[in-house]
Amino acid sequence: MKITLKKYIPYLVLAIMLVWHTVTKAQEQRFPRPEFEGGYTFPEHQFQYQRGPLWEYMDAAVLVLALSAASWLALKKRSRQGLIWLSVFSLAYFGFYRQGCICAIGSIQNVSLALFNDDYSMPFSALLFFAIPLLFALLSGRVFCAGVCPLGAIQELTGFRQVKVPRKVEGILSAIPFVYLVLAILFAATKSQFLICRYDPFVGIFRIDAPYTMVIFGSLLLVTGIFVNRPYCRYICPYGVLQNIFSRFSVRHLTITPAECRNCRLCESGCPYDAILQSDPDPAKKRPKRSWKESVLYFLLIPVMAASLAVIFYNLAPSLAIVNDDVKLAREIRLEKESGIKAVSKAAVAYFESGKSEKELYDEEQLIIGRFKKGAPWIGIFLGLSLGISMFRLTIRKIRTDYEPDRGRCYSCGKCFRYCPVKLNT
Amino acid sequence: MEKDGNRKGTRREFVRSAGKLIIAVPVLSLPVILAKKMDVKGYVWQIDPYKCTSCEQCKTACVMTPSAVKCTNAYPMCGYCDFCPGFLRQGAKKFSTAAEDQLCPTGAIKRIFVEEPYFEYSINEKLCDGCSKCVKGCADFGNGSLYLQIMHNLCVNCNQCAIARICPSDAVIRVPAEEPYLRKELKKEPKEPLPRHNLTQARFKNNRLPGS
Repeated sequence: MKITLKKYIPYLVLAIMLVWHTVTKAQEQRFPRPEFEGGYTFPEHQFQYQRGPLWEYMDAAVLVLALSAASWLALKKRSRQGLIWLSVFSLAYFGFYRQGCICAIGSIQNVSLALFNDDYSMPFSALLFFAIPLLFALLSGRVFCAGVCPLGAIQELTGFRQVKVPRKVEGILSAIPFVYLVLAILFAATKSQFLICRYDPFVGIFRIDAPYTMVIFGSLLLVTGIFVNRPYCRYICPYGVLQNIFSRFSVRHLTITPAECRNCRLCESGCPYDAILQSDPDPAKKRPKRSWKESVLYFLLIPVMAASLAVIFYNLAPSLAIVNDDVKLAREIRLEKESGIKAVSKAAVAYFESGKSEKELYDEEQLIIGRFKKGAPWIGIFLGLSLGISMFRLTIRKIRTDYEPDRGRCYSCGKCFRYCPVKLNT
Repeated sequence: MEKDGNRKGTRREFVRSAGKLIIAVPVLSLPVILAKKMDVKGYVWQIDPYKCTSCEQCKTACVMTPSAVKCTNAYPMCGYCDFCPGFLRQGAKKFSTAAEDQLCPTGAIKRIFVEEPYFEYSINEKLCDGCSKCVKGCADFGNGSLYLQIMHNLCVNCNQCAIARICPSDAVIRVPAEEPYLRKELKKEPKEPLPRHNLTQARFKNNRLPGS
């Protein structure tokens, strides 16, 4: 008899504990701390700390040095070779050593989160990584893209062939970064998620460890990049949009020719990014007559576009809000209450466990949707202005006597140097 | 013609310099605005053990393999149970250290005899993959002394923590870098429930164990 009882003791204990569990779930401290007789002292757990913030300032110092080197190599030394070696260094340091998470592209979101939320204060290093490359863009063009950004560097070093993308396709695809940028800012400002970090394609390569989706995305981009150079920079990178805008107003910029352009047309095919603005050989002769009415029309279209996109984005706001986890959860719970579709997601399970009231959840949902509605028109205005201005720019024509890089789109990579027959005797 | 071009040139130059000014003003003022909202020391990610529901996603969501999330034992809270619900599998026939009786799939929990009838349980962090099976066991049936923490010797401090993104109970939060661990045994009772999105964790701040 005794033996059979002993056999069931574990089950009995378990049953008692299960009952206990249901009664006193919130109270975890069930058993008193034992009184040890043998003078036992519990081991002290050694928690380890991260490398100090001082190192992040070293990263910032390396960034400034690398940017200065890139400016010097691109503008003064005019050395493509040097820029390639700088890319190798940046890839090794910011990519593989710092594992890609001290990143100017991602810092857009920290800035956005800090600007629109009072309970987040951004790390100083993130601000430095956001501002310094833009400052350099104002001084000397997109030298950050040329050889400092690890994402640009990995593509720069793997772009072996040059396939030109048709102008129209290029034009349409290069609108994607604008949309990506404004969505990333909106999602970060509403504390929904960090879109850019989530879809960073190369950080998995830097860590040599990634989910398979990131591996597929990253390697697809790299394979594409062999032929269509720098696909991430051109068609995805949201920081490139800021670099593009800032670089247009740069004090100095890389030039194709070291001296005077001879209009020999040799560099025309030299740029894989189609960022060389062609010179007009004889402006007096071959200039098509352009009507100023067209320019005025497109100029007037700018505010119209901004307004209409603002309206469109305002109406899209509730749909965009679905990226927020709380909104998603609230919709799931509402669906369960209204149409009986059972909420089975882990967030729903955690919500039921937390004992939060439904009203709280729905109030929060409305609050977040309200924030989306507040922010969405502004991103619509930005998109409309960008689109309108770029269309307006097509109608005005600048007479060029030289071949020069398009300051917005030129990555200052220096590929065009070797196409120019003009050499300086030094 | 030349005169015309010249005039246009100056206008263009004016537009360009005006544009430069327009761009430069926000660029220079942005750091000033952000200076107020800046923390020199920065943040790291950490799991709030009181929000964690041990859903087992920390094991797979982390960008590191194995996860930077590890289990840790808050010894001042531990009951030193012989029947440790974090160590033994539920439904185990014997209370032995045999692999089939252990709850931990990687055998990362080490059991050392202290004195009758108490055992000390420690975590081998090299083996632990942060699956939180033991955490759930301990929280459900024991004292809740086993809890998960992001180990900062392993964490690469992503800008957006991949675990925080999918954590169903928003337990992964930003904490000040100088206090990177939210140690369960050091918790002060909160006077009122903290807001859902609080990013700095006041209730864990600046409290150390007596004598440590």
